Amino acid sequence: MKLSAQSKVIALLFSAGLFAGCSTTGESMEDGAYGSDVQPIDQDGGSTVYGGGDQGGISSSSMTEEERMEIQQQMEQEALRDITTFYFDFDTSEIKPEARDVLMAHARYLSGNPGQKVRLEGHGDERGSKEYNLALGERRANAVQRFLIVNGASRGQMETISYGEEKPAVMGSTESAWAQNRRVELVFE
Amino acid sequence: MKHKTSIKLPGAVFTAVVVMLVAATSAQAELLIRITEGADSAIPLSVVPFAENGTMPAGDKLSSIVQADLAMSGEFRPLPPEKMLSLPSKRSEVYFRDWRLLGQRYVLVGELTRNGDRVQARYELFDVNREERILGETAAAPASNMRSLAHHVSDKVYEAITGVPGAFSTKLAYVTLERLNGKSVYRLQVSDIDGKRARIRLESKEPILSPAWSPDGKQLAYVSFETGKPVIFVHHLSSGQRTKVADFPGLNSAPAWSVDGQSLLMTLSKDGNAEIYEMNLQSRKVTKLTNHWAIDTEAAWDSAGKGIFFTSDRSGGPQVYYMAKPGAEPRRLTFGSRYNARPRPDSTGKYVYYVHQRDRAFTIARTNLENDEETVLTRTESDESPSVSPNGRMLIYATKQSGESVLTVISADGGAAYSLPASKGDVRDPAWGPFVQ
Repeated sequence: MKLSAQSKVIALLFSAGLFAGCSTTGESMEDGAYGSDVQPIDQDGGSTVYGGGDQGGISSSSMTEEERMEIQQQMEQEALRDITTFYFDFDTSEIKPEARDVLMAHARYLSGNPGQKVRLEGHGDERGSKEYNLALGERRANAVQRFLIVNGASRGQMETISYGEEKPAVMGSTESAWAQNRRVELVFE
Repeated sequence: MKHKTSIKLPGAVFTAVVVMLVAATSAQAELLIRITEGADSAIPLSVVPFAENGTMPAGDKLSSIVQADLAMSGEFRPLPPEKMLSLPSKRSEVYFRDWRLLGQRYVLVGELTRNGDRVQARYELFDVNREERILGETAAAPASNMRSLAHHVSDKVYEAITGVPGAFSTKLAYVTLERLNGKSVYRLQVSDIDGKRARIRLESKEPILSPAWSPDGKQLAYVSFETGKPVIFVHHLSSGQRTKVADFPGLNSAPAWSVDGQSLLMTLSKDGNAEIYEMNLQSRKVTKLTNHWAIDTEAAWDSAGKGIFFTSDRSGGPQVYYMAKPGAEPRRLTFGSRYNARPRPDSTGKYVYYVHQRDRAFTIARTNLENDEETVLTRTESDESPSVSPNGRMLIYATKQSGESVLTVISADGGAAYSLPASKGDVRDPAWGPFVQ
């Protein structure tokens, strides 16, 4: 049951274009906003991915509606946290709107598990200069770090590093490869 | 040789690293040379095979190396020896009329004499039209070092004709990357500028980047991820001794030497974001030179050692800026496109070279600092890491050919070109070494 709920969430995220491969907007070379200010998100508004429904297998008579909702939310949060890679447009460090729910789930988890450490690895695509890309990868990792802090994680749980263009996720010089390489990866200890 | 291995556990935050210091004697001829394009304006010149007295070492002939050097510069078009009407080795054997008929402007002749462990070269350069000798010298080197002798002759010939010292005796530093079964091996190497006599200086599973030569050519500063994060090392080439000079929290990157070799410009993010600092190498004290929320990186001193070029995205995207002195208010130099980065000035003080986005392509361009005129020099599409030869006449940069990173050399005005692909894998991050005595 847990699995089916998870895959459902992942399917939803896919359809929302969260993964770079599915993105239709990630290739823009237009000037974006270059700042990376992160605003806290309303905790309630940001967390509900979809409503209740298929709860087969759980006996509703043995738990209250409140408990049932809590368990479901927990499962949804766990499913969101399966996603640990976040993508960026060319030469920006702005967190994409579709990444926010997932990052919120990570922030909540870190907040609830103060002993948990995470490493934020920033990367860029191969275009442009290496050292600038190294700094850009750091700025992307810092943007994710700030988002997590604003939403409840503590700085001491996190470590950032940039690899610039040195460690591409996908080889090749195509728009799709570049889109998948401009990323921050969360690596949990 | 130093091995430092830690075990990688699933999910471990720090990855395992093996760093090997390879003895400076281990040879690895990794780069190939491929002349891709000659300039139309190239000067016709003949390098006549030198006469030989005594047994010469095996390997390339001195005159073939000289011929290849001069062709590589893009400024000369050497006549193949099989088209020559005679093979003189001294003035009395040179018939200027023959060389005029062959359309030659200059003729280089000479002879080599074996003298125990050494080889002596006596050589003369003639101006065919004026029927005049414009250079006549002798030089000697150990027989094991014929390449250095040949590059020396090339330097002298180049200078006699152009008035500018040749840079054929200088060195290149670069990084190769070989990927084997998902594992990466980075190698920092130093070679002649034709890619020959390559020596591995450092080998690591983690990235090595941004090699920078000290002004005396004895040390390289570079960024290595061998400890799991970017750290700046200074590496003394003849002893192999390495010193970790910058290991602050965050970025430690983009090292660039001062003209006197006493300090390094570098990019640190220890105070929150990427800023340019100067580190005194004696005291290790750092001074912050930029202070802006934007990325400031890729600093380099101008040719006079007074001002600093650098990349900043304070205007919204990366552009080249110049501080007239350390800490002065920066002035933006590039306006021609949305992406201009990694400035490298030449030794004459006239030009600055950088990565320049043109439509969707990343090319190398230069700006004339006297009139702010910008010229795009390359027609390739994924260019980075420009580095100018110490005589200001040639430029090396990294680009992509058939999916692999190669080095390409062009004349500094964008004319002729040759490329230096690795025999396997990628080669990137070239740094052209200084003149050395």
